[in-house]
Amino acid sequence: MEGLEHRLFVVELFNKVFGKPVLAALGLLGIHPQNTASPVPDYIVMCLVVAVFLMLVLGLSARKLSRIPSNRQNILELIIETFENLLVDIIGEDGRKYLPMIGTIGLFIFSANLLGLVPGFMSPTSKLNVTAGCAISVFIYYHWQGMKAQGIIKYLKHFTGPIPALAPLLFPIEVISHFSRPVSLSLRLFGNIFAEELLIIIIASIVPFVLPLPFMAVAIFTAVIQAFVFVLLACIYIAGAVAHEEDN
Amino acid sequence: MIKTLKALGLLLFFALVVSGPLLAQEAGANPEKANLYKWSIIIGGAIITLAAAAGAFCQAKAISSACEGISRNPGAAPHIRFLLIFGLVLIETLVIYALLITIIILLIQWGKYA
Repeated sequence: MEGLEHRLFVVELFNKVFGKPVLAALGLLGIHPQNTASPVPDYIVMCLVVAVFLMLVLGLSARKLSRIPSNRQNILELIIETFENLLVDIIGEDGRKYLPMIGTIGLFIFSANLLGLVPGFMSPTSKLNVTAGCAISVFIYYHWQGMKAQGIIKYLKHFTGPIPALAPLLFPIEVISHFSRPVSLSLRLFGNIFAEELLIIIIASIVPFVLPLPFMAVAIFTAVIQAFVFVLLACIYIAGAVAHEEDN
Repeated sequence: MIKTLKALGLLLFFALVVSGPLLAQEAGANPEKANLYKWSIIIGGAIITLAAAAGAFCQAKAISSACEGISRNPGAAPHIRFLLIFGLVLIETLVIYALLITIIILLIQWGKYA
């Protein structure tokens, strides 16, 4: 698959500026990357681009808030309310406290998916490392919140199912199903975005002119849907972890 | 003047469109590995075809039941829509797994390993 990738200008620039210090810092830790010319891989640079973009845009536009919202504040409130409504719909009124995590992951994945459509950039989510990072953080977060909401003993007890006699049978099944969640989360996002980029590359290599455009339009749709799906599943997992037995 | 330019541009565009696939063709593969290449392409295509057919059938079933449910009881539409999206996502995940396996089979450089 190496032939399909090409050097990106932003990545080369980043490696020219930060390559030597990063190499020295990694050397102190005892890590020696094979590729000394560009020690920072492209997806990490793209992740940093997304992070800096989100921090700058959202951070700058969140200044000088007022009770009568301006246009800029209206858009920000729209974004927050979308995530908040999703959380309240799925988890209930207690769901608002998970807004920081869910909102961060949703905005990061959404802008990371869309970054692939900008010329000269690539989607960091088309690498399995990035999506696995997002999925594992969701995995750890919902277990932690479940333990916080129910207590460790009670949380572990809900893995054993309702009938004590069936517990030895159900416990391994539950554990396997919980570990399959980050796998499916990461592979779904990675597969969609990677396949989309591959499709655009293949179409562009056959007919490089007008034909890739409709596929890029579909890619916008896929990016939105996949970000929504990731957030939706994270909400469902949190709801399953923090739900009390007496509620249902 | 502009008319001739337009016609020339159109001609150039069609020429490029036609010649694009021809330019994209690569030199033939190693004849010893030709059988392996052939089978990897057939199997890769078969996997994604079967997965897409099965996934599309199941998604069609889910969507048609959801539409029936919403038309009988429009009040329950938000709840049904949520369950529909959730179910479609789970079905779609399996097709994506098959797609990833197909991509791995088709893009792996068999000449290096076999």
